[in-house]
Amino acid sequence: MSEKRVLIVGGGLAGLAAAMRACELGLEVDIFSMVHVKRSHSVCAQGGINGAVNTKGEGDSPKIHFIDTIKGGDFLADQPPVLSMCEAAPAVINMMDRLGVTFNRTPEGLLDFRRFGGTLHHRTAFAGASTGQQLLYGLDEQVRRWEAEGKVRKFENWEFTRLILDNDGKAVGLVAQDLNTMEFKSFPGLAVVLATGGPGLMFGKTTNSTINFGSATAAAYKQGVWYGNPEMVQIHPTGIPGSDKLRLISESARGEGGRVWVPRNPKDARPWNTIPAEDRFYFLEERYPLYGNLVPRDIATREIAQVCTKMGLGVGGRNAVYLDLTHRDEDYLTRKLGAILDIYEKFRGVDPKKVPMEIYPAYHYSMGGLYAGYEADGTGRLMKDSPLNQMTNIPNVYAVGEADHQYHGANRLGANSLMSCIFAGLVTGESVVALAKNSKTAPVASSVLESECKLETENYKKLVAQDGPENPFVIHRELGDAMSAFCLIERHNDELLQLRGMIEGYAERLKKASSLDKSGSGNMSAVFLRQLDGMICMSKAVVEGAILRDECRGAHYKPAFDNEAPSKETPIDDPAWTAYYEKFLTQSQEWLKTTIAKHDSSKSLPTIEYKPVDSRHLEPEPRDYTGVGKKAWAKFKASRTAQGQA
Amino acid sequence: MSKTVEVRIKRQDSPKAPAYWDEFSIPYEEGMNVISILQSIRRDPRNKQGKTVTPVNWESSCLEEVCGACTMVINGKVRQACTALVDQISQPISLEPMTKFPVERDLRVNRQRIFENLKKINGWVDVDGYHDLGPGPRQSPIDQELTYKFSECMSCGCCMEVCPQFTMDGNFIGAAVIGQTQLFNMHPSGAMHAQKRLDAVTSEGGIQDCGLAQQCVKACPKHIPLVEAIGQVQRSVTVSQVFGSFSKRK
Repeated sequence: MSEKRVLIVGGGLAGLAAAMRACELGLEVDIFSMVHVKRSHSVCAQGGINGAVNTKGEGDSPKIHFIDTIKGGDFLADQPPVLSMCEAAPAVINMMDRLGVTFNRTPEGLLDFRRFGGTLHHRTAFAGASTGQQLLYGLDEQVRRWEAEGKVRKFENWEFTRLILDNDGKAVGLVAQDLNTMEFKSFPGLAVVLATGGPGLMFGKTTNSTINFGSATAAAYKQGVWYGNPEMVQIHPTGIPGSDKLRLISESARGEGGRVWVPRNPKDARPWNTIPAEDRFYFLEERYPLYGNLVPRDIATREIAQVCTKMGLGVGGRNAVYLDLTHRDEDYLTRKLGAILDIYEKFRGVDPKKVPMEIYPAYHYSMGGLYAGYEADGTGRLMKDSPLNQMTNIPNVYAVGEADHQYHGANRLGANSLMSCIFAGLVTGESVVALAKNSKTAPVASSVLESECKLETENYKKLVAQDGPENPFVIHRELGDAMSAFCLIERHNDELLQLRGMIEGYAERLKKASSLDKSGSGNMSAVFLRQLDGMICMSKAVVEGAILRDECRGAHYKPAFDNEAPSKETPIDDPAWTAYYEKFLTQSQEWLKTTIAKHDSSKSLPTIEYKPVDSRHLEPEPRDYTGVGKKAWAKFKASRTAQGQA
Repeated sequence: MSKTVEVRIKRQDSPKAPAYWDEFSIPYEEGMNVISILQSIRRDPRNKQGKTVTPVNWESSCLEEVCGACTMVINGKVRQACTALVDQISQPISLEPMTKFPVERDLRVNRQRIFENLKKINGWVDVDGYHDLGPGPRQSPIDQELTYKFSECMSCGCCMEVCPQFTMDGNFIGAAVIGQTQLFNMHPSGAMHAQKRLDAVTSEGGIQDCGLAQQCVKACPKHIPLVEAIGQVQRSVTVSQVFGSFSKRK
């Protein structure tokens, strides 16, 4: 029954959710993962998962969750999948609760919720400060249950390297490599689900895990799967610098009352706890009175970077600001944030319950990813049981989780990723079941399976034989440093063009790199040549998307094209508002569209095209987190309507 | 002369090859941990004698001590490499693979046995389905804190590495898996199938093989109360054995 088997690559939240749903609906699943699935990068998610369960008497609703998400993403997300996700979110959280996830509780025994960025509601369910780990374990346990029943086979410590496509260009299987024996094998299946997470390692030291090469997405991209919004990557405002990676301090630290500040006077020599309130610059609270420390991540990141690099106010002259929890009760902090405060103490040797943490922004997440399509119904929601939901442009290839480009637009709200991964995973499970019902696939010819496997084996042999003077790990470090320097918080076209040239240089050097290891067992450095080639290929898409998008949208910030809002003190009848909104409309006209990068093996650079954004539910407007612009925008729109009627 | 870090690494080229030691002398960086030592070696894979060697193979993922991947024996103590800070441990730093699991290569071992044992004890909640069935059972904040503690277990294997009863060739399931048995038996709907887990945990290689050496709880990086879990599971087993089918299925 090979044609009824689904091949799922990646065992994080998205892949496991897809697997358990597909099993429940009668299919059998093979899961491929570079690590034991329980060690997937989803474990790193800390703060929580969003769903408008509305148990706090705040009048929260899926509709408000939808508006917050679309607005947080600067209107770049297609709206039907987001609406369906927000409406399903409370049920998803309830399901995870039933699976035994140890969510924090209220005194009455209900799920507790906390606040996160980009919303005014308590909407984030959490399990201490290791929510991603706890959710992953919940799904891992269910998949183990299906494994015990014989419905799931796991190929752990295997790496996906190639899609097997039939003559019509439809996926009928994949090739993967055992990372211990280094042998390749072909697997036939009715669909290939790529749930392989983000490509963070192209940015070098980030908050990502050491497995986030993006090598699976790169392999699929090279075979023709489109890459959507590659330039949209998220920089988390509160990272901890480190020599091996940048660790994260969750947004929940601010959700639980953490305040961001620097001394007003950079030369202030007093110990932090003797600096009185008036000499502290709580810059987020002063500039964004409505959302305060809980503005969306892109905004917090830029403010922190500007306070340090433009205003020179970084703590001790360093690129660092205080994230201060010392005013909160220590027991409370241990209960709500224990896991992340332990991590800070373990790595920095300072107890953040007693001394403010020092943090700085760090690359964190890719909103962009493999292009995932959908079918909308008449109400503008995902069509139930359509095989097209989450399917890429290549038939029978699905993308889901951080690996896909949907749900988050140009900036992801905190605690929305865990929801999007599980929700889209469940949807994908349903899609492949719909596909199985409608498809009459003939078994894949064994000669095809053999030849594809042989091709990959030959490619790998060439990598092992590679014996030049360059060290691939050194090239990777340089690539990461360059991407972080020129393509992260602020982007400038001259620097991006320079970066494009540098990446060409890394690609050339990679051809002269050595595999460092000729052995046939657990050869991680020969495999790394392939992974680095994938990172270089994907980084070109990121940089090209960034070069072409001449505007500021969400996390993509190009100061030369900024349309800065009038200061919040500007009276609403001031013409500055009209000018601002006119420019907003012009830029939206030009740039409110999804970037589509297509790989072209005959050219060094990707081909970039654009697709309109499906904004059928909510009209795009300028984002405003100060609480002032709302009235000005309403007035502007009213005057335009009046003009239109006149 | 610039400051260096001295490291000795126990290596093995393949599962059946003999083990050997390599020594490295690496430039010191502030804030270094064992992971950054290994990363530094692969950027310049030469040993202390100046001989070019293959980069060291090790397993890692999150580097935040929540995934369990980078577990190894560091200066004789089993722990995660990511939280082993160079400034806090003595040199030369010795790195060895765990000894209770078969070596795949260098510091990488095969811990599949842990996951097989989780399967054996029915380590999951038997839900009716993944469709919308409303909220789960209510739970007090105190119970949540207790279950959360057990649920932090990342299957790293530290408790098994230090356990005198857990051997490479034996079949003892180990403390972590007994802890997980307790976790699911504490869950309100998980408890409905407690007997199934108790039967599994008393089958061959089960809880009766525990010698109460209590090393597990000292080695656990997440401070999970494993000895307590063993005691509680043991009590439940006794109750179910004494009262048989008349016992409340808990």
